[in-house]
Amino acid sequence: MQKLLSRSLLLVGALAGMSACQKPEEAKPAAGPAAPAAAPAAPADDKGPIKVGILHSLSGTMAISETSLKDVALMTIEEINEKGGVLGRKLEPVVVDPASNWPLFAEKARDLIQNQKVAVTFGCWTSVSRKSVLPVYEELNGLLFYPVQYEGEESSWNVFYTGAAPNQQAIPAVEYLMSKKGGNAKRWVLLGTDYVYPRTTNKILRYFLHSKGVADDDIMEKYTPFGHSDYQTIVADVKKFATGKRTAVVSTINGDSNVPFYKELGNQGIKATDIPVVAFSVGEEELRGVDTKPLVGQLAAWNYFMSIDNPENKAFIDKWMAYVKKNNLPGGDKRVTNDPMEATYIGIHMWAQAVEQAHSTNVDAVRQAVGYQHFKAPSGFDITMDAENHHLHKPVFIGEVKADGQFHVVWKTEGPIKAQAWSPYIPDSAKKKADWLFPWACGNCTAPKFGPAGVVAAAQ
Amino acid sequence: MSKDVRVGTKMMSVGSRVAGTQWSVLALGVLAVTALPRAALAGPLEDAVEGLAGPSDDKIEDSVRALATLGDPRALPALDALCDDRLRVGADGHTYVWNSKGRQLLRPIDGTVVTPEPRPLKEVEVTNDIRRAAMPVLAQLQLASPVASVRLGAAEELSKSGSGEASTLLHHALDREHDSSVRDALGLAVARVDLAGSNSAARVAALELIGKSGNDGFLSEITRLASRNADGSFVEPDAAVRGAAERARNAVVSHQRLVSFVGNLLHGLSLASVLLFVALGLAVTFGLLGVINMAHGEMLMLGAYATYTVQTMMHGGRLYLIVAIPVAFLATALVGIVLERGVIRHLYGRPLETLLATWGISLGIIQTVRLVFGAQNVSVANPDWLAGGLEVTQGLVLPWTRIGVVGFVIVVAAGVWAILQRSRFGLQVRAVTQNRAMAAAIGIPTRRVDAWVFGLGSGIAGLGGVALSQLGNVGPELGQSYIIDSFMVVVLGGVGRLAGAVAAALGLGVVNKLIEPATGAVLGKIAVLGFIILFIQRRPQGLFALKGRVEA
Repeated sequence: MQKLLSRSLLLVGALAGMSACQKPEEAKPAAGPAAPAAAPAAPADDKGPIKVGILHSLSGTMAISETSLKDVALMTIEEINEKGGVLGRKLEPVVVDPASNWPLFAEKARDLIQNQKVAVTFGCWTSVSRKSVLPVYEELNGLLFYPVQYEGEESSWNVFYTGAAPNQQAIPAVEYLMSKKGGNAKRWVLLGTDYVYPRTTNKILRYFLHSKGVADDDIMEKYTPFGHSDYQTIVADVKKFATGKRTAVVSTINGDSNVPFYKELGNQGIKATDIPVVAFSVGEEELRGVDTKPLVGQLAAWNYFMSIDNPENKAFIDKWMAYVKKNNLPGGDKRVTNDPMEATYIGIHMWAQAVEQAHSTNVDAVRQAVGYQHFKAPSGFDITMDAENHHLHKPVFIGEVKADGQFHVVWKTEGPIKAQAWSPYIPDSAKKKADWLFPWACGNCTAPKFGPAGVVAAAQ
Repeated sequence: MSKDVRVGTKMMSVGSRVAGTQWSVLALGVLAVTALPRAALAGPLEDAVEGLAGPSDDKIEDSVRALATLGDPRALPALDALCDDRLRVGADGHTYVWNSKGRQLLRPIDGTVVTPEPRPLKEVEVTNDIRRAAMPVLAQLQLASPVASVRLGAAEELSKSGSGEASTLLHHALDREHDSSVRDALGLAVARVDLAGSNSAARVAALELIGKSGNDGFLSEITRLASRNADGSFVEPDAAVRGAAERARNAVVSHQRLVSFVGNLLHGLSLASVLLFVALGLAVTFGLLGVINMAHGEMLMLGAYATYTVQTMMHGGRLYLIVAIPVAFLATALVGIVLERGVIRHLYGRPLETLLATWGISLGIIQTVRLVFGAQNVSVANPDWLAGGLEVTQGLVLPWTRIGVVGFVIVVAAGVWAILQRSRFGLQVRAVTQNRAMAAAIGIPTRRVDAWVFGLGSGIAGLGGVALSQLGNVGPELGQSYIIDSFMVVVLGGVGRLAGAVAAALGLGVVNKLIEPATGAVLGKIAVLGFIILFIQRRPQGLFALKGRVEA
């Protein structure tokens, strides 16, 4: 019964994902290396400040995560303005609060583009909020920078994804746990909150585990509702499942449920050395509200950790702490930096560089210029935006939680790796390609849209 | 001996930023100290202990292996510190043990205090990989410990991972051991070793012991022994061992079935205690006053924040939780009384307006808390006397926090019952509830009673907040996730009846936990909601209805 329901939910999720991505192909021009179109922006605006939209929930359930992204976005804009702005014009942030209400995200996005006339928007956290604004950005040809790790299976002409795709977070984490160093895990518990991101990620992971020879008997997949706080039964089940074979837990539990989950692990005496738990939604910011003692040794996979030691990161943290102090933000000197904050920081800088290069804030011109932008990120790597699939090339780090709530990096990739917008492990997705360059010009195709001679091929 | 201080820096330098700032640079007098341990460095023990601090992971693992072959108990403090993140490297390049309780730096082998400390000290960052290698070695050394609980922990560790090399060590330890629980654990550790051996009699004895213990850690191994290969031949050629494995497997499986049933019941009881706690305050305000108080969840949240504030002010002292109980009660009761006097009293008899007004108040309280404490969750640590759990039987652990909540809610529910049924104030409350006009006519100050009842209900919610702070998050949204549950319990139990709330909470908790293993958490919750809808259809007045004429 449960299996049936989860299958059908997956199907619905997949259909929703596809329909969201099908739209742009019809109306979009060939996005080849051709010169950008002339900017239709009103010339009268050319001297005034450039408006930049910030679309993060400042109230409601997601305020806990998104407020810091709003703060770091304002800090980055201030930093750019102090250096003289972009094209000699100041950036003017327009902050709106969609209040963790998914339809309101779409309304606020429309308001930002149509009424506020923002040149670009930085925003969204949950996948459901992104799916809700996507049609708006595609209809009005807006530009969105999305800073959070997500489930992939999407590529939009109007969105640049500065967070990780599954192959830049989930897959390397599972590979690490399979290795000798990570504990030789043979059995897998896929544990998540019940919505699109965990379901899709776990679907990819299940296919991936199959490809590594893990049988279905050795995979346990469980979901809990948002805000679930009673993990007694689930942790007892995990414990039982873990007898015999070395087991690892892959947690896509999101938001508030993490604290009761980890507390329950500690209470039932499960240590990271027995059953390691790798989480994709737990970072420095989430650990700030947690008693970290029982968590020591548990793992997280990200593209950035605050504990990474390099000059760029030191400068980034110093800037952030100074900004927190100056604006007297709640939390004071206990504030931390985390991966989505770094992704926001990278995104804003890349957009600003692209505007300088395009000499315009016109969306079509800027979009052409964002691809191939690179930026020396706080993670210590020179990060490049992929012009093909609109995702960043990112390094992957795996860290173990330390008693002070920071992470000790135990594994990392040698360099940035390219995102796979469509997972090669899901048979249906493996055929698809996200490539916004000529002749593909498509986020979701199995064949190029344009023939070599510029003749429009029969689309799909 | 390496002078290199880059410890725990693997493929890249991830020096702990926090630890770096923690230790201010006072590297004076270091030269004087370094001369002493230099002279002491001689044997392989000293080398291996020094090597525990790196500089590379491989070096640490080699040193752990070296200590395993040495088997010298003097290495114990250093290994213990390694697994517990208390190993440090001084500015002189030597390894030290940080005693976090005494805030002292000790030499790893003789345990003498080092003064002055060779700062800056570097933390030795260990990975799970190293911990996994070091813990069995540590456990073998700990078997000789004079403290029974340490020996027990060591024996349990060895029964998980025991290797053949430890066999004689374990047999010796078993012969010496007097403490019965340690003997049981050691017996299992020996059984694991024996089972992997070749002596048929010893293997049968081991299997019998395993069957008796019901320990599911051996389940996959004994299932393998009792099964057939793909070609139909037995995996285990020895028939006696095979029969014993069969029996042991059946014993373990039936034991586990019992454990999971009892476990589900106990988990249900614990969920019921949480439900009762969040509903108890509402049973008073909604049940007795008839106020649909949407801000009830926020009273829980304020109670939890009161706990956090007390914890911060007492710097996390051991007894902060005890102090937090009266503080949270009084603070939320006060907020409740102000709320009643300021808003709700003007809305009596108008339930829809009350609902809207209290909902608005709840949003206001959430946003105020968000502005004062920040949108982030705050960290409320469990005091050490509530950490860990009680092992009811093998494979079933009940956390002390949950046991504490069950006990606390029994005390609070009994207290509320006593106030309402046995005190003069309770008599007045019941009189006002049953017939307001008559109560006023005989001289009961009804308005003041209203305010006190609302204060009492809010105060109880505050106590619920103290309990919740020990189980989950403390954040501005805390109350929102419990408001539905609390109305569910009160409506199901029958408005105005304390006994109804208790019965409903108990029923919902246990039913939920019995359904959950079969359906999963999401469908379990849906099933419970569906059940409540059906039940309310059949019995709109709830489980326990007030009989006779009742004011609406």
